[in-house]
Amino acid sequence: MSLALAFIETSANGEVRNTAAMLIAAAAQLGTPVAVVVAAPGAGDTLSAQLGALGAAQVFVAESDQVGTLLVAPQLEALVAASAALQPSAIVVAHSIDGREIAGRLAVRLKTGLLVDVVDVRADGDAVTGIHSVFGGAYTVEATVPGGGPAIVTVRQGAIDARADAASPTLTTQPITVGAAPAAVIDAVHEAAVASDRPELRGAARVVSGGRGLGSQENFALVEKLADALGAAVGASRAAVDAGYVPQTSQVGQTGITVSPQLYIALGISGAIQHRAGMQTAKTIVAINKDPDAPIFGIADFGVVGDVFTVVPQLIDALGKRAQ
Amino acid sequence: MKIIVLVKQVPDTWGERKLTKATGQLDRSASDAVIDEIDERALEVALQYKDAQDAEVIALSMGPSSVTEMLRKSLAMGADSALHVQDDALSGSDLSRTAAVLAAAIAKSGFDIVIAGNEATDGRGGVIPAMIAEHLGTPSMTYLDSVAITSDGVSGVRADEHGTVAVHAALPAVISITEASAEPRFPNFRGIMKAKKKPLDVWSLADLGLDDSGFAPSTVVVNTTERPARTAGTKNIDEGNAGNEIAEFLAAGRLI
Repeated sequence: MSLALAFIETSANGEVRNTAAMLIAAAAQLGTPVAVVVAAPGAGDTLSAQLGALGAAQVFVAESDQVGTLLVAPQLEALVAASAALQPSAIVVAHSIDGREIAGRLAVRLKTGLLVDVVDVRADGDAVTGIHSVFGGAYTVEATVPGGGPAIVTVRQGAIDARADAASPTLTTQPITVGAAPAAVIDAVHEAAVASDRPELRGAARVVSGGRGLGSQENFALVEKLADALGAAVGASRAAVDAGYVPQTSQVGQTGITVSPQLYIALGISGAIQHRAGMQTAKTIVAINKDPDAPIFGIADFGVVGDVFTVVPQLIDALGKRAQ
Repeated sequence: MKIIVLVKQVPDTWGERKLTKATGQLDRSASDAVIDEIDERALEVALQYKDAQDAEVIALSMGPSSVTEMLRKSLAMGADSALHVQDDALSGSDLSRTAAVLAAAIAKSGFDIVIAGNEATDGRGGVIPAMIAEHLGTPSMTYLDSVAITSDGVSGVRADEHGTVAVHAALPAVISITEASAEPRFPNFRGIMKAKKKPLDVWSLADLGLDDSGFAPSTVVVNTTERPARTAGTKNIDEGNAGNEIAEFLAAGRLI
C-alpha cells in the first residue's frame, strides 16, 4: 500500500492543531498515513505519541530551528524532504491560510497536480480523487491527478468526520535546512484568546446566524443567547457584518465561511443567494423572518413569519423547559 | 516601483452560477460576469501607494475576450496600463497552468510587487498567489488584512484561524489581501474617459514564449453532479406560539 503524507500544523509553541485528526484520517483513506510535522529539535517523542493516537502509522519529524521565524518556508522544506524520502502517492494539507500557501508552493516545487478545498478523498487504484463541493454545495465535482507525482490535496477544515484508529507509529527525525529561497519573515505572533466556550463556526454541528433583521449590535445578543441555549456556533449574514453587528470572522456565505451543520437557524436573514451559498447544505434549516417573501423560506424546512424578538425568547424558554 | 495587480473575471455571486456538467467548467453564459470584488481592493492597495509615491500600476488578467471589460474598469479606477493574456489554448486551465502562465506574464512585464485578492469567489482556492511566488522565486505573504509598502519592502498583518501574524519581506514579493484591507474607490467620469486612452496589451502564449504542448493537465475533472435544489418545507405565520412550535419541530427531528 502506498504512503500518504498528512501535514500537521502546530501552534507557535509547538502544540498540534485541531485539524490533525481529520488530515490523518484523510491520509488513511488514501494509503498508509504518515504524519509530517516540523518541530524544534527534541520534540519528536511527544509528537509521535500524540500523532499515533490520532492514527499515524509513521511520524516524520523535520527538525528546524527556524520554525516560527520564516513564514511557511520550513514547512515547505519539510514536505519536500519527506516526499523525497518516502515517495508518497498523496500529500494532504489543511485548507487553512498557511496550508494553502504551503500546498500551492509545494505543487509548483514538485511539478505535480493540486486539488484544493476538497470535502472528501478516495483512492481509485493509484489515482487520488478529490471530491469538491462547488458554488456553495450546488455542485459536486470529482477530480484526479493523472501524473506520476504525488497528488497534493488541501482538505476543507471540518469536512471529514472519519477518524483513523490509534497506532504505534515508527518515528523518523530528519534535520532540515531552509534553503536560500527567499521567504517572508515572521515579526510577531498573537494567538487570539479563546473568547468563549462556544463551538467554532467552521465544522460546527449547530449554527445560529443573525442578519440585518436584528437591527443593532446590542440586539445581536439574542442570536448568541439562542446559540448558547442550543450549544451552537454563532454566524451572521454579510449584511449583519457590513452593519458592524459582528466581526467578519462570523460571516457565513460566499465570501465568508461555508458551513454544513446538522441544524442551521437563520434569524432575521432574508437569504440572499450570497448567504444561501454558504449554508444550503445544512441538514435542517429553520428560519424566522418578518418578511413572508424572504427567499430564505424557499429553502427552510421550517419557516416562521414573525418577529425574532418575540419568537426567539419563547423558543429559548421552551428549550429551557425541555432541558429540565 | 512597478506594481502588478491580478484581476479576475468571475460570475456574479449575487446571481445563479452554473457549471457545464460534461466538462466541469464554468458555464459563462449562465451568469453576469463581474470583476471579482476582492481584486478591486487589491487595486486600491496599489493605487494608495501610487497616490503617495512614484509608481506604475499594471492590471493583469488571463481569460477570454470578455475580460477586456474588467481591465477597462481597472484602468478607470486608476491603473496605468493593462495586460490581458488571451489564448484559446488556455480555456479550462487548472490552477497549475494558470499560475505558470500568470508568472510568465509577470516575469515578462517586470515587477517589484504583485498584489492579488486572497481568493476568488468562484474557485475559492486561495493558492494562486503562492504558486506564482514559487514560480518567480520570491517571498509570498497571503491573506494580509493590512499592508504597508515601502520602496524596498512590504509588511503586513495576516489573520489566520488562530490569531494574527505580523510579517515582512523584501521586494520583489507577491502578496494577497483580504476584504479587511482597503475600501475600493469608484471610477469617476474623468477616470473613465482617460481609461479609453490607456494601453491595454493582449499577449498570447507565443508572446510569453510558452508552448501549449508543454502543459500536460495536472488535474482532470472526472465527474460533475448538480445537487438537487432544496425545496421549501412548512411556513407558519406566528400567532403567538411559533417559539414553542420550533422547539417541537426540533425535538421531533431529534435536533435537541
